[in-house]
Amino acid sequence: MMSSKQGKSGASRRDVLAGLSAGTALLAMPWVARAQGETIRIGFPTPLTGPFAAEAKDQVKSAELAVKLVNDKGGIAGRKVELLVRDDKLNAGEAATRTLELIEKDKVHAVVGALSSAVQLAVNEVTRARGVIYVSISQSDTINEVKDFSRFTFHEALNPHMTTAAVAKHTFKQGTKVAYLVADYAYGHEMLRGFKRAEAALGATGVGEILHPFGAADYSTFMPRLRSMRPDILCICNFGRDQANAIKQAVDFGMKQQMQIVVPVLLHNQRLAIGPEAFEGVIGGANYYWGLEEAIPSAKAFNDAFRAANGGAVPTDYGAYGFTGVYSLLLAMEKAGGTDTDKVIAALEELQYDIAKGPQHYRKCDHQSVQSVLVLESKKKADMGSEADFFRVVATEPASESILRSCSELGLPA
Amino acid sequence: MTLSAQSLDAGPRPLRARLAARRVPLSILALCLLPWILPSEALAVNVLVYGLVAVGYNLLFGYTGLLSFGHAAFFGTGAYVTGIAIGRFDVPWFAALALGVAAGGALAFVIGLLSIRTRGIYFSMVTLALSQLVYYIALQASSWTGGENGLRGFTVSELNLFGWTVDFLDPVKKYYVIMVFAAAALWFVSRILNSPFGSVIEAIRENETRARACGYDVERTKLISFTLSGLICALAGTLFALHLAIVPLDILHYHTSGMIVMMTLLGGAGSFFGPFVGAFAFLLMEDVVSLWTPHWQIVVGSVFILFVLFLPKGIWGTLMAWRAGR
Amino acid sequence: MDAELIAMQLFSGVALGAILIMVALGLSIIFGMLGVVNFAHGALFMVGAYAGLWVASLTGSFWWGLLVAPVAIGLFGMAIERVLIRPLYRRSVDDPLLLTFGLGYVLVEAVRIAFGSDGIPFPTPPELAGVADLGIGFFPIYRLFVVGVVAAVLILVWLCLEKTRFGLIVRAGARDPLIMRVLGVDIAGVWLLVFGLGVGLTALGGVLAAPMRNVNPEMGSLVLAEAFVVTVIGGMGSLVGAVVAGLLVGVAISMTALFAPEMATIVMFALMALVLLVRPQGLFGKPGRA
Repeated sequence: MMSSKQGKSGASRRDVLAGLSAGTALLAMPWVARAQGETIRIGFPTPLTGPFAAEAKDQVKSAELAVKLVNDKGGIAGRKVELLVRDDKLNAGEAATRTLELIEKDKVHAVVGALSSAVQLAVNEVTRARGVIYVSISQSDTINEVKDFSRFTFHEALNPHMTTAAVAKHTFKQGTKVAYLVADYAYGHEMLRGFKRAEAALGATGVGEILHPFGAADYSTFMPRLRSMRPDILCICNFGRDQANAIKQAVDFGMKQQMQIVVPVLLHNQRLAIGPEAFEGVIGGANYYWGLEEAIPSAKAFNDAFRAANGGAVPTDYGAYGFTGVYSLLLAMEKAGGTDTDKVIAALEELQYDIAKGPQHYRKCDHQSVQSVLVLESKKKADMGSEADFFRVVATEPASESILRSCSELGLPA
Repeated sequence: MTLSAQSLDAGPRPLRARLAARRVPLSILALCLLPWILPSEALAVNVLVYGLVAVGYNLLFGYTGLLSFGHAAFFGTGAYVTGIAIGRFDVPWFAALALGVAAGGALAFVIGLLSIRTRGIYFSMVTLALSQLVYYIALQASSWTGGENGLRGFTVSELNLFGWTVDFLDPVKKYYVIMVFAAAALWFVSRILNSPFGSVIEAIRENETRARACGYDVERTKLISFTLSGLICALAGTLFALHLAIVPLDILHYHTSGMIVMMTLLGGAGSFFGPFVGAFAFLLMEDVVSLWTPHWQIVVGSVFILFVLFLPKGIWGTLMAWRAGR
Repeated sequence: MDAELIAMQLFSGVALGAILIMVALGLSIIFGMLGVVNFAHGALFMVGAYAGLWVASLTGSFWWGLLVAPVAIGLFGMAIERVLIRPLYRRSVDDPLLLTFGLGYVLVEAVRIAFGSDGIPFPTPPELAGVADLGIGFFPIYRLFVVGVVAAVLILVWLCLEKTRFGLIVRAGARDPLIMRVLGVDIAGVWLLVFGLGVGLTALGGVLAAPMRNVNPEMGSLVLAEAFVVTVIGGMGSLVGAVVAGLLVGVAISMTALFAPEMATIVMFALMALVLLVRPQGLFGKPGRA
């Protein structure tokens, strides 16, 4: 059991699970946990089972890389760092239970993780009530707003407002006609709101929006109306499987010949699962793409470390969140000289970091990470230079608070 | 489902009879020990809550013989109403709890009224359809329920009652507070089963036509059983909401109904303590198996298939039958 | 809102209905003949899609996948009936339902183990790619092909049940299995074949849906719900019912999509609840069944 815990820098599933079982061994033997009081423990809930298992595994690999890099440098104030990975099963109730266990049983010093918005908000609720630091790596506008704001929570992921602002800036033009197909739930509405605001600012015209039921498999009945709107751009505001099905069926209906398809977030693993044909020419936003390494030294360093640890594989967008989320927290702990909650919060609020994608910092009022947004275009199969060469970087929108909602708009003091 | 008619075959076997007579205190004793057996208090509370849902469900499935696939609706309604009452209207926790139970019970009455007219497979389908409708309504009414993001913002950090204050963030205290409610519900169910009404529902399960011929109002009995069952599931829902301080939308999905069915069957449908054993076994299995493989569902599913095929009385039911047979 | 759009919307609804019929057919046949509610229906649909994908990738042709996968999965279905379902016939009607519910879990997870949890690309076969101009609007050629296949399958199944000796036995067996046994008919063998047929049709539905909906282990979950809705509205076990209900639901969804698109899923369940309350056995179901 002890050896499996030490061998956690590798990132195969076996190791993830070994970590899990080591964690449970700790649960069963509280005296072991006490004997290791020196160790800094970071809880990491992520959906290892379910439709986003691939993203979750990438997150774990990247998070473990961050832990390894810090431990290799001697840890934080002489203390080793340990990552406790838990499967949240993409279910908010499960995530809340796991987070309770991490806090109550494992006595973690902080929590990083979550992929779905609902899970993130559940973890946020549990950590907020117990005063535990949480770095969220799931996309959402809700987490920034005053109702869900927690002074213990930092949001490392992009939010829909940022991605839509960046994507719109590089696709919408004066007079562009835009139609929207929107998943009818909070995340979909947030994306639509972001695009609509950008549309007004850029002088584009909205020609119609269709809300589709969340989790729909067939989009054929929406296509005739979308076509009759005669847009230049079709914005598909949904996520994951919904996005994949909607894009594929729009392509089947020959929509791509008449309009540009734009999505707020383009996912590496989704593109892998659906294939190059359907995605060809689709433009969307991202927090990270490994191809960034040509322009940004920290991306090169991150990619190289990741390749070395994972047999040459490159990190993905959601994987990178695992790295930046954990690493930024550990940098702050280093500055704070330990795990004292107030000191770490102060350090996070002051932190300026460039660890994978150029300069980043957490805005003081809502704890949102101000960071660059990439605008990517999916490549044609023939243009792919390698197996993982999916996207062309259309633009990099630099880190700036100007693409965030203002603090007062969120209901927070500036 | 061939259910063992325990009350019928309980002959003059002293140990068994003594066990049955003290089933409530014995069950409560077992529940007291739970947090010291399981890896964490959070998991123990989950066993308590899901065990209670299964107890409620068992009243309908195990004792009345009706296979509902929609009990997630009552579980979820209890949770949502409690959460909304606390988060939006600042209702004190005990009143919110009562409101949650009442709302879940009322919904059970309505859905029961609509569904008990159908029989067999159709009953399962109607309950499934109506509960999915509740799911989609909760998804749409996001200004009230939080939609897909789930309901939040109603964390109860301490419980106040008659001048007493309990730190509800302390996991051990939380467990025992919730256990008090579970124990009360168990006592209530035991009273129901020991009453003449309890005999009538079992008669309906064994042979509906005969029960009707004996002059029992089968429809009315089924409706009461359905409503009582929904009430207990709603109570479990309110406790779930207080425990996790969030209500996930998934709680209303038919997968949750399926999980309730699986737990009940695993533990032993138609046995008093079986549902708790089922919830315990299911959640522990999920917890343990997911330690060595993310593919825990294949193990849980296979175990369930084996139980349907070879141990339809479930863990507790089989154990009881084995004891009785000795 | 012009007439052309409404006509196009109606057509989309009918085409969607055809897909829904395909999805529901296997479930309905198995219930009608065996009285078994197959909760693993969605999972078998998904397994069918994966089998089709696998065969297509081995042979390099979609057509082989379309032919081989349903037969192979149909045989697999027969094995399921033989090993898992048959021991339960003498028990309550709930038991096969519960068993197949567990089986669904196992199948989904088995596919995740074998093919990963991400999903795999399944491009539209090149012969059927592109759109056709219907005069009122454009429609994918592949979807037109699916409508054609569904029509052909329906005719074949109808002929098989109404015009052959096998069909006669099946229909009689559904009404009174005991009499059939007394008459010396091997009813167990008939049920085996019917289960295989139902599962095979489900798998065919999966292969047909794959180029439209992408292939992933969770694709069956929604299909199970859709199939239930269609089957229950039409009347469980009624072939005509499945056809009428499939078209009805398809058109209801497409019309909702036009006027209140976010309600497009809810309308399906509302319709089902309504039918169940007014006519619990479904539009074409026989009362008293099960």
